[in-house]
Amino acid sequence: MAEREQKQRHTSRSDDSQVEDIEPTAAGEDLKAELDDLLDEIDGVLETNAEEFVKNYVQKGGE
Amino acid sequence: MAVHKVLGIETEFGILHRNDGDSNPVSASSMIINAYVNGFLERRISWDFEDEHPGVDARGFNEFDALAPEIETHLVNAVLTNGARYYVDHAHPELSTPECTDALQCATYDRAAEEILIRSMEKANELLPEGEELVIHKNNSDGKGNSYGCHENYLVDRSVPFGRIVQQIMPFFISRQIFCGAGKIGSEAPGLTHAEVPFQITQRADFFEEEVGLETTLKRPIVNTRDEPHADSKKYRRLHVIVGDANMSEVQTYLKLGTTAIVLGMIDDDMAPSDLAFETPVKTLREISYDLDLEMSHRLLDGQSVSALDVQWAYFSAAKLWSERVGFEVVGGDQIGRDIMDRWEKVLTALENDIDSLADSIDWIAKRRLYEGFRERHSLEWSDPRMAALDLQYHDLRPEKGLARRIGLKRVSTDEEVENAIESPPPTTRAYFRGRCLERYPDAIVAANWDSMVFDVGSDPLRRVPMLEPLRGTESHVAALLDECESAAELLRRLGT
Repeated sequence: MAEREQKQRHTSRSDDSQVEDIEPTAAGEDLKAELDDLLDEIDGVLETNAEEFVKNYVQKGGE
Repeated sequence: MAVHKVLGIETEFGILHRNDGDSNPVSASSMIINAYVNGFLERRISWDFEDEHPGVDARGFNEFDALAPEIETHLVNAVLTNGARYYVDHAHPELSTPECTDALQCATYDRAAEEILIRSMEKANELLPEGEELVIHKNNSDGKGNSYGCHENYLVDRSVPFGRIVQQIMPFFISRQIFCGAGKIGSEAPGLTHAEVPFQITQRADFFEEEVGLETTLKRPIVNTRDEPHADSKKYRRLHVIVGDANMSEVQTYLKLGTTAIVLGMIDDDMAPSDLAFETPVKTLREISYDLDLEMSHRLLDGQSVSALDVQWAYFSAAKLWSERVGFEVVGGDQIGRDIMDRWEKVLTALENDIDSLADSIDWIAKRRLYEGFRERHSLEWSDPRMAALDLQYHDLRPEKGLARRIGLKRVSTDEEVENAIESPPPTTRAYFRGRCLERYPDAIVAANWDSMVFDVGSDPLRRVPMLEPLRGTESHVAALLDECESAAELLRRLGT
């Protein structure tokens, strides 16, 4: 089955695509800088007492 | 011909009452919903339990040792003007979106549900004593072995043998997690350590123990058999899906609902693949969740070995054939159907070639990139409490704390569409009738549920208006009538009830 699908899969792209293309991947350096900025921001908002927050986070099973 | 895939999504949210000595999650959940109802709605309309039968099994019997889900009729329960149900379920606030006619509409209502929870939380916190705080998470596990669900519901044709649905949907459910997973640090399956599973694709795979069954809280099954259509039971089933994660990414919610609706359309029409049954479904569900490079092969019953991606490509190819033959009418039309197919193909291609390129649209991939970066920066082990805190905070709905909304995830809805979905029902299903009646005649409605509404117009006994057809009571059917009727009494007269 796997082989059969391999042959089909890349011929199936439709021409009248409705979505914008996924933006081209930025250069590795840009991605790294972007991640650094994000991590700076996360350091700023992360719970100050992480250990206690995690310890107190107990939920009842649901559904 | 398949029936229209009317669909909805119901989410149980995690809740934490901070700095309250004898915190009780049931009363905390009630506070959240009451804050919304009292703060934002003119009048509370109760849910009506008359037609609820969650213990009925689609396989046509009530399993002897199966625990039928209980309905807790005494807890807070409200119906909103957008047609949604907002209530306390077990020990969680839960919101069920109104019935929708396509996946994009439903993803927008799911985002609106998040906003409703955020507003509820902010309102409730205004009422709490200094120092106390209610915190809501849109997740599915507390990291300590307790799980709560995000369930999807799809209308399916009653004439389709249930055994065929089980057989043909199961491989899809097991493999769709590669683009549906919300990601989680560690494992909550017995006997596994952080060293063995530092991070996995889904929140929920650890909690599934059966292939097929009625339960939702114990021995959870991959295919749930609850047979409670909330509609004409001679014509319809409602497939109740408990195997998904609650996603922060709108793109994922849209893809999850859209691809599943397409596959169920194929099953209705008997055009879905039938040769993909895994040899060990429960084990495979977990193996896929733990296989972050998507490289593992899994044995099928017929002896072949396939990857999760292979299985998804097989469903995708079958869906192309199905849509070429019957079109996309049952999933909401050509435009939406083609968009789902296009996104499905792109996501599978990206998973095959460049997983990290999906960090802007798939929760588990966004998380992995973020967590690896954080771990490296602070030299942490995966088992560090700060990593667990990060993993909770990804799902935190407090705007000043939540991570998911600050990492640049792509969206499929606009703020304006979400604002509209908070107040107004989808125009294309019976939710329109429910929501508009609540907005227009709040004092005359005693109760509402999915398939009926109960009116009190003063004189006679209470009057129940049945709504057994999910695609009736739409804007095009009843908008003019509702606009013309000044009172509920007039409406009932004109409806001839």
